[in-house]
Amino acid sequence: MSTREERHTVTFEINGARKTVAAEARRLLVHLIREDLGLTGTHVGCDTSQCGACTVEIDGLAVKSCTVLAVSAEGASITTIEGLTPGTDLDPIQAAFHEHHALQCGFCTPGMVMSVRQLLKDQPAPSEHDIRRGLAGNICRCTGYHNIVRAVESLASKGEQS
Amino acid sequence: MSQAPAIRQIGQPLRRREDFKLLAGKGRYVDDIKLPGMLHMAVLRSPHAHARIGRVDLSAARSAPGVRLALSGQALDGKIGPIRPNWIIPGSKVPSRPVIAIDRVRFVGECVALVVAETLAEAYDAVGLIDVDYEVLPAVTDEEVAVRDGAPQLHDNVPGNITTIYKVRGGDYQKVSREADHVIGLRVVNNRLIPTCMETRAIVAAPELDGTLTVYIGSQVPHMHRRWIAETVGIPEHQLRVVAPDIGGGFGAKMHLYSEDLLCPYLARELGAPVKWWESRSESHQSTSHGRAHTERIEVAFTNEGKILGLKVETLGNVGAYLSNMASGGPTVNTVNFGTGTYKIDNYEAISRVVVTNTVPVDAYRGYGRPEGAYIAERAIDAVARHLKLDQVEVRRKNFVQPAEFPYRPYGSMGVMYDSGNYQGLLDKALAAFDYDRRRSECEALRGSGIYRGIGVAAYTHMCGMAPSRRLAVSGFDRGGWESARVSIDSSGRATIYSGSMSQGQGHITSLSQIAADVLQIPIENIEVVQGDTRQVQAGHGTFNSRSMAVGGSSVHVSSQRIVAKAKKIAASMLEVDEKDVSYSAGAFSVPGTDIPPVTFSKVARMAYVGHKLPDRLEPGLDETVFYDPTGMGSPSGVHLAYVEVDPETGIVDILDYVAVDDVGTLINPRLAAGQIHGGVVQGIAQALYEEVSYDADNGQLLTGSLLDYAVPRAEHVPNIRSLFQETPSPTNPIGVKGIGESGSIAAPPCMVHAVLDAVSPFGITHLDMPLTPPRIWAAVQEARKGAGQ
Ligand code: FES
Ligand code: FES
Repeated sequence: MSTREERHTVTFEINGARKTVAAEARRLLVHLIREDLGLTGTHVGCDTSQCGACTVEIDGLAVKSCTVLAVSAEGASITTIEGLTPGTDLDPIQAAFHEHHALQCGFCTPGMVMSVRQLLKDQPAPSEHDIRRGLAGNICRCTGYHNIVRAVESLASKGEQS
Repeated sequence: MSQAPAIRQIGQPLRRREDFKLLAGKGRYVDDIKLPGMLHMAVLRSPHAHARIGRVDLSAARSAPGVRLALSGQALDGKIGPIRPNWIIPGSKVPSRPVIAIDRVRFVGECVALVVAETLAEAYDAVGLIDVDYEVLPAVTDEEVAVRDGAPQLHDNVPGNITTIYKVRGGDYQKVSREADHVIGLRVVNNRLIPTCMETRAIVAAPELDGTLTVYIGSQVPHMHRRWIAETVGIPEHQLRVVAPDIGGGFGAKMHLYSEDLLCPYLARELGAPVKWWESRSESHQSTSHGRAHTERIEVAFTNEGKILGLKVETLGNVGAYLSNMASGGPTVNTVNFGTGTYKIDNYEAISRVVVTNTVPVDAYRGYGRPEGAYIAERAIDAVARHLKLDQVEVRRKNFVQPAEFPYRPYGSMGVMYDSGNYQGLLDKALAAFDYDRRRSECEALRGSGIYRGIGVAAYTHMCGMAPSRRLAVSGFDRGGWESARVSIDSSGRATIYSGSMSQGQGHITSLSQIAADVLQIPIENIEVVQGDTRQVQAGHGTFNSRSMAVGGSSVHVSSQRIVAKAKKIAASMLEVDEKDVSYSAGAFSVPGTDIPPVTFSKVARMAYVGHKLPDRLEPGLDETVFYDPTGMGSPSGVHLAYVEVDPETGIVDILDYVAVDDVGTLINPRLAAGQIHGGVVQGIAQALYEEVSYDADNGQLLTGSLLDYAVPRAEHVPNIRSLFQETPSPTNPIGVKGIGESGSIAAPPCMVHAVLDAVSPFGITHLDMPLTPPRIWAAVQEARKGAGQ
């Protein structure tokens, strides 16, 4: 049997819970998250790392989880979309998306929200241009981005203006 | 129980009721479904555009780890299929389309064999072990080449590669073209697109213990899929349950019948286990239907003053290797019927040829035919303005159908009728919002300093909600035009709506609740909406052709009215008065002019179910089902304006402003309506500036095989969209709604092209074909400079 099917044990923290999972060497983190852990809010929209639907947070950084091998998550701390809404209250980014009608089919939305988190961490008061640049890794086919930009602007204006 | 709403819900910009679970990552798309014992299917696709299939060796695949079954087309021959189109224009020659290719493949991506294994990885691994002998044949991908003498032929029963010839005629084009001051011709290409729903297709078929089969599929048309799968696989329709859970966008691509939709149900029954198939993005580019792919030759005859006298159109619609679900209707009825656009052109002559080529089948994509039709009308009128050096706005104004002329039948058409509109009103509103005059002079002034800005204008109209049913028969469309809604009131007076429409992101739970709330006069939160389960929803046609509010919404309106009518009878009996003396307002039945205390809707609902005091011969219960068949179709219209700057040294287009003024009739929810415009316009901008499917003309290889090389725009590639509305209610349905989903992708392509052409007009460039990519614009500028000896 070739090594790609060999299984390795990975231990990491996800949405605050510690997990140990056995994964094939070739398994992508996104598949581990979706299939082994059942956290299906993280989506797969492409196979060339273009769409951003799979974006999660790894050790405080937004990462496309389809670009990460599951085995390399050893020791990592991961947050997925489910980690933002443990109860029934939306976090401020999610609430802004609702307020500004920044989602239609919702397929891009979890990845988009995770990228917006990173964007606002990097630039608490981004301009429209910064927002559009900052979301370049995420494709949305429904909204034309217009209301996503409005949602992010509404969050930015609450911070300091640069 | 909460109070009845004080305000009319239709017209309120309510926030969506469906958002929470999608935002929280709790949406349930087909790929999220995992059933015990579920097996995975993977498909081997043809690497050749045209080839004869020799031996298919499945032995290595069959003995690979985890593999349950491996099949080629031969094994299914006579068992399931062929895949029949649902819309067949009379006179069409329909090529036979097996579910899996049997002796010949006709496009890169066609199914050749399949594997079912315990895991997806094992299925993919085993597909890689299948060995197929191909004898490669010459391929043709371009519609103009495919109709030439000597072109490779795809199907024995489709001579010349033409499946369908469709003609439209009104007035006498030949006569006016002889008499006109000017006749000019142009050839325009409507570039092939990939719809690109962010959720690719996926399907799970699960045999149930009672012998029925449940199919989970992201379908825009769940009841149609039930019928098609039943008929093609040979399963009694009533034993098939189709469930469409959350859908990650459809745009037309999820309303057709694909091989995998048939294979999973068949294999699940054969293997007695759930079978899942999920489409990777690269697979999607070569297996899910493409859109557009037309070439049009246009001739326009007009006076010195810019009045159009006649229009002649020749369409070649490339439909790929087979006739997909609606494919013969797209380039024909849906395109050339609408070729005169918003203009009064009495003399019209059009012929459309539907052409097969060695490419992915082409079918409906957001607007289907109407974007192509609007592009004909708009590029023609823009060419007239350019030719006569007249203002692009004034030429349009001069040719518009006038408000008093509605209902209007263009060129005396029997098939096309625009129910209502006010194009002048749209134009004036758009010009004012855009500040047209100031920007016009700004463009002129800047040109002197080497800044090339341009303004684009486009107007459109079309028809939504294909209906009534008896008219669809004439055009060979094997479905009805009605929609079904059941409104079921529980014993507390709360409502559940079972709607045959199907949201893929449009927000029907919110909009249909608004429609029902106004009639039932109960709060929105007391209304639930169920869609996408053929076991729960009685019947339906689903969502396409911007029909959900006009037809689906009207059916909810009418069934809600029937609820109120029955409730009124019960109330009269409770109040011990005559029914005609009872009036219903603010959620209570009262007898005006008396001091009889009113009874609330919820009390009446309780009475309907306990049945203690019902009028004689009235059945208990408060539950009404309607099959609403419209009498006609509503015609949305709009005027869009774009402001761009083109850098002649790089060919890059910067979009400075975009204004959309749309008349979609009564607005149910302005917030959701604007969202539809934003998304549609951006898909239209994408067609105009970025997206194009490329094939290698020599060997038929798909060159835009993944999102790496197919340019779906990102946030930084598109502008803010200023969406405004004008409301001219449609007289064709009780709520006055017309349809909105397709408007943006119809208007934006010509609007953007005109803006860019205006910007580069100082170079003497008069024509460019989409997509207007930087290299294409740059090359045109270089060419023009060379010609001018600069
Ligand atoms: S799935 Fe598309 S970027 Fe990861
Ligand atoms: S909301 Fe559908 S892809 Fe973004």
